[in-house]
Amino acid sequence: MTASKMQHVVSSGLILFVAGLVTWISFTQQPSDAFLFPRLIAIFFVGLAVWNFVRAISGLAKVGEGLSMPAFVNIVPGLLVVCIYVFFAAKLLGFYFASTIAFLAIFTIYDPASLSDMKAWIKRMIITAIFMAVIYGLFALLLKVQTPKGIWF
Amino acid sequence: MEFLSHFGGVFEPLSFLLLLGGTIGGLILGATPGLSPTMAVALLIPFTFHLQPAQGLILLGAAYTSTVAGGAVSAILLKIPGAPANIATALDGNAMAKNGQGARALHLSFLASGVGGIIGVLLLIFLTPVLAQWALAFSYSHLFWMAILGVTVIGSLDSKSFVKGLLSGCIGLWLSMIGFDDNLGAQRFIFVDALAGGIHIIPALIGLFAIPQVMEMFAKGKANAAIEAIEVPRQSLMASFRELTRSVRALSIGTVFGSVIGIIPGVGGQIAGLVAYDQARKFSPEKEKFGTGHPEGIIAAESANNAMVGPSLVPLLTLSIPGSPTAAVLLGGLIIHGIFPGSDLFDNHPQVAWTFINSMLIGQVLMVIFGIYTATWAARIARAPVPIMAAAVLVLSVFGSYSVQHSMGDVYIMLSLGVGMFFLEKFGFSAAPLVLGLILGPIAESNFTTGSLIAQAQDGPWVYFMTGTLNLFLIGLVIASIGYSFWSNMMQGKSAKTAEATS
Repeated sequence: MTASKMQHVVSSGLILFVAGLVTWISFTQQPSDAFLFPRLIAIFFVGLAVWNFVRAISGLAKVGEGLSMPAFVNIVPGLLVVCIYVFFAAKLLGFYFASTIAFLAIFTIYDPASLSDMKAWIKRMIITAIFMAVIYGLFALLLKVQTPKGIWF
Repeated sequence: MEFLSHFGGVFEPLSFLLLLGGTIGGLILGATPGLSPTMAVALLIPFTFHLQPAQGLILLGAAYTSTVAGGAVSAILLKIPGAPANIATALDGNAMAKNGQGARALHLSFLASGVGGIIGVLLLIFLTPVLAQWALAFSYSHLFWMAILGVTVIGSLDSKSFVKGLLSGCIGLWLSMIGFDDNLGAQRFIFVDALAGGIHIIPALIGLFAIPQVMEMFAKGKANAAIEAIEVPRQSLMASFRELTRSVRALSIGTVFGSVIGIIPGVGGQIAGLVAYDQARKFSPEKEKFGTGHPEGIIAAESANNAMVGPSLVPLLTLSIPGSPTAAVLLGGLIIHGIFPGSDLFDNHPQVAWTFINSMLIGQVLMVIFGIYTATWAARIARAPVPIMAAAVLVLSVFGSYSVQHSMGDVYIMLSLGVGMFFLEKFGFSAAPLVLGLILGPIAESNFTTGSLIAQAQDGPWVYFMTGTLNLFLIGLVIASIGYSFWSNMMQGKSAKTAEATS
């Protein structure tokens, strides 16, 4: 089995699992009136998911190029920063502080300039500060959005 | 001619400022490769939440119009279409720019966009009230089928694989059912606390359209060498204007094809430019010049993709069926203000409807003026390094999602949907039908539930939902959209096999 076909089988298998779960919940939960429309949708959902899965295992599902290993490796550090930022740091450290760190971290990770380049660090910090000042102006001052303060700000 | 009495609203100071800001911002965002018009509009929705409905729609409409036109800047100067709608523009535009005629290409592009755009909005003005009155005759069963049609049309026509398009629509419909059902007092599909309040449309739109693009930027890693733009020597605007008036054939072909394609739900601007370009080439006595920097190529492509914008809103504002993915996001922008398309919009909120439509007309003029004079400046901003754009879009998405209900749950939902959508897109699934399912799901369900109650008191659900001329017509359209997509997938598969066999 080729890597591409394997990826299609796994992805369509996951969709089938979700469709199966939705169908099972729709037909077993009460009150039944509240699940009438979900049942109707679930029938089409699971039918299409089975069709999609069959196409994937028979090698007919060719739309979508899948994800290459180098692209996946590139995504991992950025995704980690995003998850830590959103799920932990934003509430713990404070929205603006965590956003500043996340912006700087992503900028640094994906910036082609060397990590030992002092000029690049100054440039990154200036751009981060300007961007966060704009965000503060827009959301805190203009729209009056109250954000979680956390430990810092 | 009701629209004439609502022009004043566009020129109120804040409204006009928003129109101006949306136009200039849209031109810059449109010129930035990787930032699609749909994402630009989705990111702006949280700001409209704090505005009056008409003002919010003015901002979104201006951004929609100018991002499509702005995409031509990077197509011409960088050979990277700012949006899929500008692919055809790059063919002749970049060749012309390389020949030292970048300013001429930009002038022609914006002038043609303006002409196409104005005619498109005029079609919107004259067709929308007629169709909205027709929609008055719709009962619950018809509205249910209209919502289903909206999902299937986008699902089957806007996706490369119709099975995956329809599956995306089903996922969207399922997501719309998550949360507490107020009518029957039941909790549905609440797996974690963050889902208790259901999925709010704004965080969902931001997540589905912005986060996959952020991850796409991550996927490029550090391979983001600065893009070199072509220098643009000055050129007379009058000369370009005269050239446009001499190219009536290309301009007419672009405008007609753009308008017709725009009005067909689900087809959108992606193909309008390419179809118009192809037709202009076929009808031109100078076919061989196309692709080498021929002005007619730019004029046909750009007039088409902007002529599409107005008509793509006709089915949206009358029948809740968006003509393009960006129009689907605009539907979300309407619904968050409690305004539903159709007769409700024109009977109960005429000021909102007409101020919005009129602003698009004025926006076309502003787009031409600012487009011509800021194009080269926009191209410089468009060369902003990828890591800055990725970080900026991410932080903006987080703040935008949070600001709607001051809820971290919305941010979690936004990120989860976005990451999920990125992986789904890699396997041929599409965000547009998913969003349509999410937006139209509650409309379909409430009409289905109310229709079922009425049906029980009459001849039963089968007769209520499956008989009657209009029901049968709508069911026929649902089947036809799926059938056409199935047939076209089969044909594509056959031609791919033939190409493989011959190579």
